Amino acid sequence: MSSTVDLEVQTVTALLLTLLCVTALAVVRMRNLWAAVMLMGIYSFLGASWMLLLDAPDVAFTEAAVGAGISTILALATLALTTTRSKQPARSQAGPLAIVTVTGAVLMYGTVDMPRFGDPEAPASTYPHPSYVERTEHDIHIPNVVTAVLGSYRGYDTLGETVVIFTAGISVLLLLQGSRRRTRDEGGGESP
Amino acid sequence: MTGHTILRVVSKLLLPYVLLFALYVQFHGDYGPGGGFQAGVIFAAGFVLYGLIYGLAAVRRVAKPRAIEILIAAGVLLYAGTGIATMLMGGNFLDYGAFTPAHPEKGQHYGILVIELGVGMTVAAVMIAVYSTFAGRGRA
Repeated sequence: MSSTVDLEVQTVTALLLTLLCVTALAVVRMRNLWAAVMLMGIYSFLGASWMLLLDAPDVAFTEAAVGAGISTILALATLALTTTRSKQPARSQAGPLAIVTVTGAVLMYGTVDMPRFGDPEAPASTYPHPSYVERTEHDIHIPNVVTAVLGSYRGYDTLGETVVIFTAGISVLLLLQGSRRRTRDEGGGESP
Repeated sequence: MTGHTILRVVSKLLLPYVLLFALYVQFHGDYGPGGGFQAGVIFAAGFVLYGLIYGLAAVRRVAKPRAIEILIAAGVLLYAGTGIATMLMGGNFLDYGAFTPAHPEKGQHYGILVIELGVGMTVAAVMIAVYSTFAGRGRA
């Protein structure tokens, strides 16, 4: 029974990863940037589906909302300000292609040493001690261990992440909105 | 987008459910997948949808830029303030058990709810602010 389930999961995983590769290649070949942005949204949705297969619904959620939703909107907003056709590259792309190929090969070589997915002997499963999973119910009384780890056991890290988002937001406001206010003060022609 | 009646009607029908789902993800994060970050993004997506259909001025009327700026900081302050509150009550920084010394697990639960709310506020406000500054460029 479990081997049939495994086979099904593996088939869907293979399908999703193939589609991911196809979408990525299509984005690279695409000269129409509107279509490229849409394909990147599809890429994010495929990634989210794959993360769901890996039993990571929290991450899949974030990928679907941020990668496919907000990023697509921001990319479209950028296209509205610039142009929707990418220029033909002026120089030969052999050099960049070689660098990307070598980097990809090195990354794949790195995965050879990694433990199999779901291996109970893997370092991620043995350290830190699995007691987080066992203790959450008693310590915090909530069933979602991910929330318990993010919010309580690793609450300090999550505070740091929130500060990162805060900093990013403030930076965008300062960079983009600040310049607009300055032009208004200088009597720039802003209509009400 | 004044002519698109179907888009206007359908988006108006969807909006309450988008925002309600964001609140569900926010406050149900202890029991199911989700939490402040995801909820904040979904909440902001509701405003982005509103902005796409009804225009940026409509979003700015509902979510005043000044209020959004305050919310960005308020979320982080709520999170860090929770940590300081636990210190004042005799625990370590962000050790929510200090809220209810007799039943530390209850304090942990409340603490997580509060800090997730802080995360949600900051994330939603940042996303709305980034969207409206990006979309507002080139239009002035």
